[in-house]
Amino acid sequence: MKIFFHFGRYFILIKRAFGKPEKISIYISRIFEEMNLLGIGSLGIVAIISVFMGAVITIQSAFNFESPLIPLYAVGVAVRDSMILEFSPAIVSLILAGKVGSSIASEIGTMRVSEQIDALEIMGINSAGYLIFPKIIASMLFNPILVVFSMFLGILGGYVFGLMAGVVSDYEYVYGITYEFHPYNVVYALIKSIVFAFIIASVPAYHGYYTSGGALEVGRSSTKGVVYSSVLILAFDLILTQLLLV
Amino acid sequence: MIEIRNISKSFSGRSVLNDISFRFETGKTNMIIGESGSGKTTLLKCMVGLNETDAGQILYDGRSFTELDFKEKKDIRKEIGMLFQGGALFDSKTVEENVVFPLSMFTDLSESEKRDRANFCLQRVNLSNANNLFPSEISGGMKKRVAIARAIAVQPKYLFCDEPNSGLDPKTSIVIDNLIKEITEEYNITTVVITHDMNSVIEIGDNIMFIYKGNKHWEGSKHQILKTDNPEVCDFVYATQFMKDLKTKF
Ligand SMILES: Nc1ncnc2c1ncn2[C@@H]1O[C@H](COP(=O)(O)OP(=O)(O)O)[C@@H](O)[C@H]1O
Ligand SMILES: [Mg+2]
Repeated sequence: MKIFFHFGRYFILIKRAFGKPEKISIYISRIFEEMNLLGIGSLGIVAIISVFMGAVITIQSAFNFESPLIPLYAVGVAVRDSMILEFSPAIVSLILAGKVGSSIASEIGTMRVSEQIDALEIMGINSAGYLIFPKIIASMLFNPILVVFSMFLGILGGYVFGLMAGVVSDYEYVYGITYEFHPYNVVYALIKSIVFAFIIASVPAYHGYYTSGGALEVGRSSTKGVVYSSVLILAFDLILTQLLLV
Repeated sequence: MIEIRNISKSFSGRSVLNDISFRFETGKTNMIIGESGSGKTTLLKCMVGLNETDAGQILYDGRSFTELDFKEKKDIRKEIGMLFQGGALFDSKTVEENVVFPLSMFTDLSESEKRDRANFCLQRVNLSNANNLFPSEISGGMKKRVAIARAIAVQPKYLFCDEPNSGLDPKTSIVIDNLIKEITEEYNITTVVITHDMNSVIEIGDNIMFIYKGNKHWEGSKHQILKTDNPEVCDFVYATQFMKDLKTKF
């Protein structure tokens, strides 16, 4: 029963967040602020994990493809497809759910327990709109950028480390990553990344917004925000894959 | 003037406020006093609409707040300034940005006009040279001052203060109390102050409402409160040895 309560309250909050803004110019600058915080601030971690993941996939698949029947350019294909189809959109989003989600939930939760949200409401400001809407929009605008960035770096990482480890040749790898390339896969990944971005921003925001109590509860909301957004990302990953790829 | 009529409120079946009526006069410091947990904050939150009331009416200069729709309520809220118990400053913004914030949201002033107004308000609360500090970098008394400056930035007609001097030393408390009283008279604001500090009551209280276990138990002026023989009020007023000594000297 509790799940219906949360669903209902979540949708009401999101509806309020998309209400008419008090002042458009302030909302626009809030979106840029959040893009800077949530997007630019995540470039580093995304870069690091993407390069390493690309490298690991390259070396692992080269190791697995030792059979003479499988051509070595399959390594390039494997890296490209795992990065584009799953790693960049889903795993990067999961990691962002941890990094960005916990910061959103604890920021909004702290504002709730220290009465800053009440202060906004008293001023006649739609607190849900002011706090949550810019985060959702910033996340949906920036997540696809991060995902493309991750695909690029993953494939590059595979190339560099593949050559350095000597498991694949320059020619084979490049042939592999261009072999039967379907641009639609990138579109599919971008659609996923936008849906995941909505989850990453809105679910932790919901948990933060309805925090009550003190610092301990803020921590709990932050954990809940990360757990629920991660589970939802995996669920939607399955649903969207079924809908878009099959 | 704010008038409340027969306000009742319960949380999950437990009654917290019971049939409370009162008139908060304009240009006066109206005080709500009572023990911790007696329902003072709940009453204040009901009055500004942060809590829904179960029954009763709230009239802001004749406008029935409880009957207004969301948008009309918002218009009244723009006339309200509120001081929260913990200050509730936006901790991602500097002192100056905190005061400028309501101006950016609700006025079309230019950047320099906003800054001038913010500086005027900060000077009014005797706070200068703190413009670029963050709330985490200033003392409790300074936070209260910034909160007052933020509340008066948009020239409110109604000012609500929830325990404005909780957590402050006695000297700073009196400064903040007097600041509230001066501003109330200077701008002819309808001010409502919650406190459980008898010093504040004697210092600045014009009209006083005593809440006891969710009921309005007594009302009157600060002169009357020292002479009343209502046992619960006496218990509250003369809770400290200091006040008891004061009474014997009277
Ligand atoms: N949101 C709430 N949910 C449930 N009970 C509450 C809530 N807010 C206040 N109460 C209860 O109402 C009573 C009065 O609280 P409050 O108005 O904060 O007292 P005061 O400000 O006079 O110290 C307390 O017993 C408190 O536990
Ligand atoms: Mg209180």
